[in-house]
Amino acid sequence: MSSAWNWYIGIISVANILACVWLIRWTARKRPGEGAAHETTGHEWDGLTELNNPMPRWWLWLFYITIVFGLIYLVLYPSFGSYPGLLGWSQYTAWEEEVAATEERVAPLFAGYAQIPVTELAENDEAMQTGRRLFGNNCAVCHGADGGGRPGFPDLTNNKWSWGGEPEQIHQSILGGRNAVMPALGGALGEQGVTEVSAYVFSLTGRSAPDDLVRRGRDRFEQQCAACHGMDATGNTALGAPNLTTPENWIYGTSLEAIRTTIRDGRQGVMPAQEELLGEDRVHLLTAYVYSLSQEARAREADGAADE
Amino acid sequence: MDRKITYNETVVRQFAIMTVVWGVVGMGVGVLIAAQLIWPALNFEVPWLSYGRLRPLHTNAVIFAFGGSALFATSYWVVQRTCQTSLFLPKLASFTFWGWQTVIVLAAITLPLGITQGKEYAELEWPIALLIAVVWVAYAVVFFGTIAKRKVKHIYVANWFYGAFILTVAVLHIVNNLAIPVGLTQSYPVYSGAVDAMVQWWYGHNAVGFFLTAGFLGMMYYFVPKQANRPIYSYRLSIVHFWALISIYMWAGPHHLHYTALPEWAQSLGMVFSLVLLAPSWGGMINGIMTLSGAWHKLRTDPILKFLIVSLSFYGMATFEGPMMSIKTVNALSHYTDWTIGHVHAGALGWVAFISFGAIYALIPKLYGKEEMHSIKAIELHFWISTIGVVLYIASMWIAGVMQGLMWRAVNEDGTLTYTFIESLVATYPYYMVRLLGGLLFFAGMLLMAWNVWMTTRPARETVSARAAAQEA
Repeated sequence: MSSAWNWYIGIISVANILACVWLIRWTARKRPGEGAAHETTGHEWDGLTELNNPMPRWWLWLFYITIVFGLIYLVLYPSFGSYPGLLGWSQYTAWEEEVAATEERVAPLFAGYAQIPVTELAENDEAMQTGRRLFGNNCAVCHGADGGGRPGFPDLTNNKWSWGGEPEQIHQSILGGRNAVMPALGGALGEQGVTEVSAYVFSLTGRSAPDDLVRRGRDRFEQQCAACHGMDATGNTALGAPNLTTPENWIYGTSLEAIRTTIRDGRQGVMPAQEELLGEDRVHLLTAYVYSLSQEARAREADGAADE
Repeated sequence: MDRKITYNETVVRQFAIMTVVWGVVGMGVGVLIAAQLIWPALNFEVPWLSYGRLRPLHTNAVIFAFGGSALFATSYWVVQRTCQTSLFLPKLASFTFWGWQTVIVLAAITLPLGITQGKEYAELEWPIALLIAVVWVAYAVVFFGTIAKRKVKHIYVANWFYGAFILTVAVLHIVNNLAIPVGLTQSYPVYSGAVDAMVQWWYGHNAVGFFLTAGFLGMMYYFVPKQANRPIYSYRLSIVHFWALISIYMWAGPHHLHYTALPEWAQSLGMVFSLVLLAPSWGGMINGIMTLSGAWHKLRTDPILKFLIVSLSFYGMATFEGPMMSIKTVNALSHYTDWTIGHVHAGALGWVAFISFGAIYALIPKLYGKEEMHSIKAIELHFWISTIGVVLYIASMWIAGVMQGLMWRAVNEDGTLTYTFIESLVATYPYYMVRLLGGLLFFAGMLLMAWNVWMTTRPARETVSARAAAQEA
C-alpha cells in the first residue's frame, strides 16, 4: 500500500473525529441575543418548539472520553493503511503465538500417545476422552457424533470397512484421506443392463429378484464390475470397493432405486486428508479412537466365529 | 399563517394501514422460524418453508415492509405539517406507495423460491433492486420537493433525520446492489472477496444506522414532543448529535468483520468509530426523554407515550450494547452467537417497533377523523405484553449468546475443544423456548393492535363506501 493511501485514510478519519470536537464547541457557543436556557428558540412548527437548554455536561464528557480513547487506540493499533501501530499487535501474529504456545504445551502428550500401539491405546480411557473430542470437532460433521454415519458417509461402529479396518488401514484413511470412485456405468450398460445388474446386486444380500434378470445381471457383473468388487462381490479394500454381500457396507442406501442410481450415475466418496490439519500424532490417537468405536462389533464377530 | 392547507392524507393512510398488515406478516414469520429452530420438522419438508428462505423473508418483512411503511407514513405526515404545505407531486407520492408494496410482494414471492443475491438485508435480485431504486428516488423527490416549498423559514429537526435517512439509503442501496445480471433471477456483484464483504457491511451497518436509526429518530422528534405536548429539550443537542451521528455512522461497518480477512486498519477504524458513536446515539435518547421533564405524570395515563418513552430506553440500551460489542475483545466472544440476535431485536422490537406502534396509534385516529383509538385499554395491554415479550426475547438471547461464546472457546488441558458445536446447540434449546415465548407475546400484541386499528377505522370506512355507493346510485 502506498504511503499516499495511508495519509488519505489517516487524514479523513482523524478529520472526521476532530470535526466532532469543533462541532461541539461551535454549537455550545453563546450567541448574542439568544434566550435563557429554559426559553424556546423562537421557532415553531405545527405547534412544536425547542428549548435553548445547553448540552448535558456528563454527555459531553462521555463524547470527549470516547474521542480520546479512540485517538489513542488508532495510534497504538494498526489503523491508517499499512501503519502497524505502536504496539505492533496483529491478529495474525496473535493467533500464531497462541497456537504455538498451546502446541508447545500439548505436543508431548500426543507424542507420548503416538508411542503406544493403536489396539492398546484404544483401551486407555483418558486417551479416548481426548480422542472423542478430536472426533467430535473434526469428524462428527460427516460421520455423526456417535460415528454411526450418514447416507454417503460410512458407519464407523459396525466393523464393515471399505478401505480396511486394521489399524494401519484406518491410520492411512485419516492421514492421507481416500478418494473412492464408482464410475457411472449407465452409458456402458444401457438402461436394461442397469436393471439386470441392479437385480443381481440386489439379490446378493439374500433378497429375491427375478431369476432371468439375476442370471443376466451376473454375467454383466463378471465383465464390468468384478475387476474392483471381485468375482464373488466381496470387494477389495485396496481400491475401496465395498463388499456387496453385506448391506452394512452400502453407504448410499440398499433400496433397488439407490442401487440403480449408484450403477447408472456412479458415486464419488471423499475422505479429506487430515495430515496437514492435525498432524501425525493426533491422527494416531484418532485412529485408536475410531478403532475403539467398532470394538463391540469386533467382539460380537469374534464370538460368532467361535460359536461356529 | 394560512391554516387552510389541504394536506395529502390518502398516502399516509395507506402506508399507516400497511404498516400494521406487514407487522402481522413479518412478526408471524418470525415466530414460525423461531419455532423451526426448536422443531425443524415445522418446515414440513417444503423447500419454500425452509428456515434459510423464510429468515430473509422475516427480516425483509419487518425492516422494509413494516418499518419502511411506518417511515413513509410518518415522514409524509410530518413533512407536510412541519413545512405547513401539501406534498410535492402527490401523484408521485402515490407511486411510492404502490411501488413499495410491489417490491414487498415480489420479495414475498422470490425469497421463498430461493431467488436471492445472498447479501444480508440486500437479498432481492436485480430487477427488484432496480424497482427499489426508482421508488426511492421518487420518495426523495417528493420529500425534498415538499421541504423546498415549505411555508416556514426553518427546517424542523425531524426532517433533518428523515432527509438524511432518505438520501443515505439511496446511496447505500445503489452502491451495494451494483451487479452484473446473468438472467432475470440471477446476478453477480461487481465486487469480489474482502471488498465485497466490506461493501456489504458498509451497507448493512448503515442500513441499521440510517434506515433503523436516523429514520426513526425523525419519527421520534415529531411524535414524542407532540404526544407529551412539551418543547424539545435542547436545540443544541439536536444539532450536535445529528451531524455527529450521520458522519460517524458511515465508518462503523467494519465491526461486522472483526478477525476476518478484512485489513486490520479497517477493523480498527470500525471499532473506534463505533465507540465514538455512543454519545451521538445517546443524544437522541436524551433529547427525547428529557422532553418529558415536567410531564412525567402523563406516562401514567397515556399508553402511547409509554410506547414512545420505553422505545427510547431500548434505543439507549441497544446503542450502548452496540459500541460495546464492537470492541474487538468483546466481539471475539459475541460474534456469531445469539447475542447478536438479541442485540438486533433490542433495537428492532424495543426501539423500531415500539416507536412505530406509538406513532401509528397517534396517527390512526387523526387520519380517520376520530378522537382517539377504539380501545385505550387495548393499547395499554399491547404495551405490557410486548414489553414482557421483548425482555424475554433479549434476556434469553444474551444468556444463550454468552453461553455459546464461552462453550465455543473452552479448551481442555490437552488443547482440544471442550465442547462440540452440537453440544452448544443442545444447551441453547431452553433459551430458544424462552425466545419463542417472547416472540409469541410480541406477535400477540401486534394482533391486538391490528384489531384495534380495524375497529377504529371501521365506521369511517363504512361512511366512505356508503358515500361511494350513494354516488353510484
